[in-house]
Amino acid sequence: MSVLIYMIPLAIFLGLIWLAGFVWSLKSGQYEDMDGAAQRILLDDDSET
Amino acid sequence: MVEGAYCAACIGKIESRLAKEQDMLSARLNFTTRRLNLEWSGDPVRANDFVSAVEGLGYRVHPYEFAAVRDGQEEEKFLLLCLGVAGFAMGNIMLLSVGLWSTDQQVMGIETRDFLHWMSALIALPAILFSGRPFFRSAFRALFSGTTNMDVPISVALILTSGISLFETIQHGEHAYFDSVVMLMFFLLTGRYLDFRARRQTRGAAAELVGAVTGFASVILSDGSIRRLPASALEPGMILRIAAGDKIPADGSITQGETSIDMALVTGETRPEEVRAGSHVYAGTLNLSSPFTMIVNKAADDTLLADIVRLMEQAEQAQARYVRIADRVAKLYTPVVHILAAAAFFGWIAVGMAWQDSLLIAATVLIITCPCALALAVPVVQTLATGRLFKSGILVKSGDALERVAGIDTILLDKTGTLTLGRPVLRNDPGNADILAMAASLASYSSHPLCRALASAYDGPLVSFSSVKEHPGEGLEAKHEGGIVRLGRRAWCGFRQEEKGQTEICFSMKDSAPHIFRFLDHLREDACETVKALKNRGLDIILVSGDRDEPVAEMAQQAGIETYYSGMTPVEKFTFLDELKRQGKEVLMVGDGLNDAPSLAAANASISPACASGLAQNAADVVFMGDGLKPVLTTYETAVFSQKLVKQNFALAVLYNVFAIPLAAAGFVTPLVAALAMSGSSLVVIANSFRLRGRS
Repeated sequence: MSVLIYMIPLAIFLGLIWLAGFVWSLKSGQYEDMDGAAQRILLDDDSET
Repeated sequence: MVEGAYCAACIGKIESRLAKEQDMLSARLNFTTRRLNLEWSGDPVRANDFVSAVEGLGYRVHPYEFAAVRDGQEEEKFLLLCLGVAGFAMGNIMLLSVGLWSTDQQVMGIETRDFLHWMSALIALPAILFSGRPFFRSAFRALFSGTTNMDVPISVALILTSGISLFETIQHGEHAYFDSVVMLMFFLLTGRYLDFRARRQTRGAAAELVGAVTGFASVILSDGSIRRLPASALEPGMILRIAAGDKIPADGSITQGETSIDMALVTGETRPEEVRAGSHVYAGTLNLSSPFTMIVNKAADDTLLADIVRLMEQAEQAQARYVRIADRVAKLYTPVVHILAAAAFFGWIAVGMAWQDSLLIAATVLIITCPCALALAVPVVQTLATGRLFKSGILVKSGDALERVAGIDTILLDKTGTLTLGRPVLRNDPGNADILAMAASLASYSSHPLCRALASAYDGPLVSFSSVKEHPGEGLEAKHEGGIVRLGRRAWCGFRQEEKGQTEICFSMKDSAPHIFRFLDHLREDACETVKALKNRGLDIILVSGDRDEPVAEMAQQAGIETYYSGMTPVEKFTFLDELKRQGKEVLMVGDGLNDAPSLAAANASISPACASGLAQNAADVVFMGDGLKPVLTTYETAVFSQKLVKQNFALAVLYNVFAIPLAAAGFVTPLVAALAMSGSSLVVIANSFRLRGRS
């Protein structure tokens, strides 16, 4: 059972990485315009003109 | 706010156009809310340039109330963040709980169990403190004002259960309910988030309207230069220049020029009114044919438009008093749950159990009755129903709109643009192909609504003219094979007397008798069937219109509507509707014009077609696309069906509680049972809601 001492914190650590990613994506506004995101893939790649 | 952007190409066009502007740091169009966000360095006044750049691409741009939108967005972000944290905590605690559920003390040993409990506590407690805030806040507010809501038992359950679980953990106890608490919180937040998203768009609609309808004005300054100002900054005495096709931004009188004006705001009719110097014009009406200058004689908040907006705000406030079904359930539910939990607590103490154990049982009663299923009952159905309607071109703007639509017993229909298409169609064919060809070709030079209707009634090759001239308020004139042809008012084409109140254009050629083209608005294709189907469902249908008696009567008869009222001003419609409501009727208003907007806002529920004025669309709960009237029926049926599902969901939740509460009160509910019961009941409710999808 002693392996739990390592495995559980590891699992939680992985969870925290996901959480950090989620918070980052939320803060950078990626959930603000879901409909727009669906449309934007149809645009040509960022041409700077 | 950008109007008219519907696809990816529009996003690309607007953003790349703006990126070309100097000093532009970033330009991004939010497609969900249709808001354009710009960042630039330098003079704030440059906003005007950017607006005209976008307008140059053919989109309309309206200023909007920044604060209102941002608040909603922040709140949505906050809920999503809470949901994410709760999801993280739930996943990880479940991982630990599976271990706890699958073995018992003999196999695992007390140390391991305590370790798992402590890890759960370590994750759960901060997560509850963080993600429970939406519930704590709302519960606190409710208690503070001496009322109660669904969030009170939720908060009590969250706090009490985590407190006891912590206590159990310290005492090396057998059961800790951290998994149940976090799972409960996750489900509740899901329901809350769906609900919030459904309702966000309608916030403070009226506040944005004055700007949305009138937008910017071109003011002529004393030195002769022109400056763009928002309509709200206009003052009496200012001189404005109004281009053809512009909305008039303020009430005032014309100083120079003559034109025809779309008075839909005042009358609801699309038939233009001819105006000249000295005539009075109203804010929000549309200049159709030629530019003119006007002098403002009322400040922005005294205009007729502002009156309409005020009526609407008043109506919106009244609407806020509507109690949603979920809140009504909460009102019944809260005391019952608390009494049951208290009864379990004192009951067990009375039979001699230690207070800690009694409290634990009381807490499981709270947590197991806690409304996972109840919290999902309404939002899931609403999300699915609005999604389904969206696919058939019907946009439901507020979450509780369907609930209100389902409860109606009377429908008020507007005539022009709602029962009819709002587009005049040529009624009498001249029987002479040459005349029609000539008249239609000449008509194609003008953007006047009747001219457009005439032009579209003819699909042969166009005749070409030389030197076509439009005389505002009179008509068109052109040369053709040496002769003069004219299209316009009767007097313009050589008739003596004017006939009032006819929707018509005259056409004259040099050597033939003048011809009169009459126009009539057409009923929407399926208007008759829709009216009949709605009547069969026991709904009263009343036609209300700002138009004259005769055409209203004709349309009512064609559509099969017995009761109709004509010649109604916006205020009369509003008071008529108010009167109906006072008689205890639940009224659905269907209308499209600016003049219907106050009634749309005041009705129990409201629907408007997508071609409606922006103000009407904003005021309506539901907006539908297409040329039919059938969406009204579809909306009503979906609303009724989803309301049935909501009630079934509540019944299922109650049924579940009937079994769960005795178990919990008897002390049989372990963390595993709680987890199974909660997710089980939630799944049943969600599955029941999905029946909405299967229906065609």
